[in-house]
Amino acid sequence: MEVNYPVIVDVTLREGIADPEGATIERALPALGFNGVTHVRAGKSFRMNIDATDESSALAMASALAERLLSNPVIENATARSATKG
Amino acid sequence: MNRIGVVVFPGSNCEYDALEAMSALGAEAQFVWHSATHLDGFDGVILPGGFAHGDYLRPGALARFSPVMEAVAQFARAGGAVLGICNGFQVLTEAGLLPGALQKNRGLTFLCQPTTLIVESTKSVLTRGTTVGQEMVIPINHFSGSYTCDDETFASLVANDQIVLRYKENPNGSRDDIAGVSNVEGNVVGLMPHPERAMSTLLGSADGRVLLEGFVGAPVGAH
Repeated sequence: MEVNYPVIVDVTLREGIADPEGATIERALPALGFNGVTHVRAGKSFRMNIDATDESSALAMASALAERLLSNPVIENATARSATKG
Repeated sequence: MNRIGVVVFPGSNCEYDALEAMSALGAEAQFVWHSATHLDGFDGVILPGGFAHGDYLRPGALARFSPVMEAVAQFARAGGAVLGICNGFQVLTEAGLLPGALQKNRGLTFLCQPTTLIVESTKSVLTRGTTVGQEMVIPINHFSGSYTCDDETFASLVANDQIVLRYKENPNGSRDDIAGVSNVEGNVVGLMPHPERAMSTLLGSADGRVLLEGFVGAPVGAH
């Protein structure tokens, strides 16, 4: 029987790929009084529900669609995780 | 007379400029809607600038799945001349027809200004009428034009003479000042600057003509 699994896909820039968005955010923080914040990286998060027979199949589908559409593997990594557990 | 197809995605906005430039150079140009499934009868194909599919997700990310892109890939494999300008370049990299990717500009500024380019390779269908080291002034108009690739890809670009044009002064943080690249064969080219907007000195520069003349005169592919 298929169940509807909530899934989150996180897309982040690969290590070594310049992140002008993250760098700009990091530079803005001290002016707002937030000191000591480093290594800021900007990314994207997608939430979706997937019909599947079990959670691992749902996560496998999420990984596959993240690889094909949600991320550009040339510059980004994508990871799928369950949205029901912390 | 060469027949050139100008692909129109929902959100393209430089298709008329491209069509006009092709007509000015004596080519018979016509629009091809993104749902088209073949490119029979064309000698060359242009993917114009704009914001295909709103640039949602990433520039080019959704456009690469338009039906016409399978036809563009077949056309390219058969040796047909394919030119991606600005958003068209982004679509070609997303589709895997050109190496690397285009990221947000360094400094996060939208850039709309003339740039001086230097020809680095004359083997591509775009630069075959130019000489290496030739300088030209062509405008850019983009937010995500910072060319990025890994070291391995960069080494193969250099080894295969695929770096077509460089910026004289890097405006956007592109790796190694790269403004345009080609595939190994040289029949697929992408660049962020807009040669179709540099067709007349009245409008600032006519330096785009020599590039697009080369493209229009490009060898006819298998189609």
